[in-house]
Amino acid sequence: MRHRKYPFIIGFLIAPVGLYALLMLWPYLQTFGYSLTDWSGESSVMHFVGLKNYTTLFSDSVFQQALLHNLLLLLLLPVITILLALFFAFMLNVGGRGGTGGVQGVRGSAAYRVVFFFPQLLSIAILTVMFEGVFRSDASGLLNGILVKLGLENAQNPIEWLNDPNTVLWTVLAVTVWWWVGFYLVYFSAAMQAIPKDIYEAALLDGAGRVHTFFRITLPLLWDSLQTAWVYLAIVAMDFFAQVSTLTPGVAYGGGPDYHSEVLSTYLMRNFLYYGKSGYACAMGVVILFLTLIVSLVALRSTRRGRIEF
Amino acid sequence: MGSTFEPNRLNRRDLIKRAAALGAVAVPASGLLSACAASGGGTGQQETGTKSASNPLGVADSASLDVVIFDGGFGDAYAKQFEKLYAKEFPKSKVSHTATQNITGLLQPRLNGGNPPDIVDDSGNQQIKLDVLQKNGQLTDLTPLLDAPSIDDPSKKVRDTLMPGTVELGTVGGKFVTLQYVYTVFGLWYSGKLFSQHGWSEPKTWADFISLGAEIKKTGIAPFAHQGKYPYYINVAIVDLAIKNGGTDFLNRLDQMDPTIWDEDPAKNAIEAIYEIVSNNYLLPGTNGMTHIESQTAWNEYKAAFIPCGAWLENEQLKATPSDFQMTFMPMPSLSGDKMPFEAIRGGANEPYIVPKAAKNANGGMEFMRIMLSKAAATAFAQTANSLTVLKDGISPGVQLRPGTQSTVTALKAAGSNVFNPTYLTNYSSLDVDMGNSSADLMANRIKPAQWLSQVKAAAVKAQKGGA
Repeated sequence: MRHRKYPFIIGFLIAPVGLYALLMLWPYLQTFGYSLTDWSGESSVMHFVGLKNYTTLFSDSVFQQALLHNLLLLLLLPVITILLALFFAFMLNVGGRGGTGGVQGVRGSAAYRVVFFFPQLLSIAILTVMFEGVFRSDASGLLNGILVKLGLENAQNPIEWLNDPNTVLWTVLAVTVWWWVGFYLVYFSAAMQAIPKDIYEAALLDGAGRVHTFFRITLPLLWDSLQTAWVYLAIVAMDFFAQVSTLTPGVAYGGGPDYHSEVLSTYLMRNFLYYGKSGYACAMGVVILFLTLIVSLVALRSTRRGRIEF
Repeated sequence: MGSTFEPNRLNRRDLIKRAAALGAVAVPASGLLSACAASGGGTGQQETGTKSASNPLGVADSASLDVVIFDGGFGDAYAKQFEKLYAKEFPKSKVSHTATQNITGLLQPRLNGGNPPDIVDDSGNQQIKLDVLQKNGQLTDLTPLLDAPSIDDPSKKVRDTLMPGTVELGTVGGKFVTLQYVYTVFGLWYSGKLFSQHGWSEPKTWADFISLGAEIKKTGIAPFAHQGKYPYYINVAIVDLAIKNGGTDFLNRLDQMDPTIWDEDPAKNAIEAIYEIVSNNYLLPGTNGMTHIESQTAWNEYKAAFIPCGAWLENEQLKATPSDFQMTFMPMPSLSGDKMPFEAIRGGANEPYIVPKAAKNANGGMEFMRIMLSKAAATAFAQTANSLTVLKDGISPGVQLRPGTQSTVTALKAAGSNVFNPTYLTNYSSLDVDMGNSSADLMANRIKPAQWLSQVKAAAVKAQKGGA
């Protein structure tokens, strides 16, 4: 029967692998091909220029700045999002009052879980329109309005959150954290519920408090989930296109003021569509692909640990 | 430097080999692949008809016409009226209408695939740059349109019915490839009602503008607002002050991307004048971070007195404008030593219409343009889109216009031949981006005029070299 097994397996694999190759690998290969040309994006005529696009890339100060911003986001976004999500998930599942009822979340945790997940249900377009209202640059903005009402800022001199080089990137980061925390809260909650309650009860009997239970039990048993979250969030940090291009100032895909919120993806798009330097933009795309690959590999490797079966 | 290669053969075959090695042999690729980015390029058969007096461009009367309209400040209702006019002339033709805000997303794959629409309104934030299209040979030469007889008066050629500058502006790389259809003037706008209520009058000089600003400020209204999130608008105001100060010499050297103009007085006078708005604290609070709609609406709510904009403002703000607002246009005030009079304005055609080179019914696209340049179409445009067109005296007499549009007609008459229109925006798209970054910093008082000048000079050097 052995010779029958392979046609059987291939029969199942051919469709998914074929689709994957056509829709994923093939475009990547095409991008790499275009990155070696001076393609303008508006015609099928192009010239082969070798690695010139890549060498230009590394002396391009805007590209370097954008790369720096992505690396900064890469450090901060996963850390902040995961810490917040973990904290909330812990409070919702096992952080409530101990005592007679054993292990439980804070009061009303079911409702909180739904509320926290809301941001994930909104499309990014709605999200940015909403946050344009929150961070609007005068006293009609939600945030500036509150600060003015509280007497913390002068209505004549409001903080232009998205137009100030010192605040713009932090503002965009805050929006993204808000967007993702709910998702990881639910994700970590599910993982926490898979941890048998008797482990917690044993810890409670031994007199462990919330802090101890969290660090000695919850965290080690969640390690696999954390690792997955880390990789996904790292990929989100390498993107940021929608948030930056809609929220921040500047001609064609934002990134302003004066490149202070530029990320690789917005600079790529401006080159691809606005300057007509599509070959150059494809070179950026290839660099982003490899950076994302490296980041994912590093994240997976560095978080590898022994697994605990339960 | 490099050798040309034919991407749709060599490149694809090469990649198919590699893809095959990856196990994708069995995928029925050929049909799908023709939809890939730059795989097309083949121009199909173009449909043509016999030329006659009533059909000077030789349109095939049964060929369908594919119209793509940018659905922006002017909407797309006007285009439907044009399409009706076209359908009346060619009843057998099937006219399809597409309105979009994302011209690039819609057009780029069709251009690359060799099946573009027959006429496109290539405008808006997502427009494909004309210099880029022209350099790649994607545009039909529209000279036959210019030499065709006008619909209203067949004894005249279309070329002789246009506002001055239309042909020059539509010429990219030495060929007339785009019809910039809408005639727009640029300057400052204010509310006639607000001004008569307070007894203020239009400031003719920059000194008057600054002293009026002090008076306006006393009433609690901010003297000046601008569309800070999109620095294009303040760039226009700065450059117009400089052109009026330096005259045609400055204008010509600006368009030739001569970087030394940024060392000279006109540029310096202009940017220092604009900086007075910042240093006198005349800006509407928060205006530097506002979108065009936010700032223009604040201006409509009488929170600010002046705002710089083009003549599309009235149509764009139609819903936000109070009925007694009396929207009024004025030229940029004069700096001392100006070479051009106060009445001089930036006026020019914009909203570029193109006929792609590979269009199936390219002649039909051109005929559509000939219809656009008739009085019937121009009047329909002024009424539905509240804007003027490049057709000289194109408004049928007795047509009632809105106050803002009417005030631009008056200003244009007063300007006479003192109308200028820089072309660097079309030919050097990177200068506007870089200048915008510097202008945003200047308006937020993060840099001073001297720094603005040196940054813009560097940007001009870069644009001249064609690098990013």
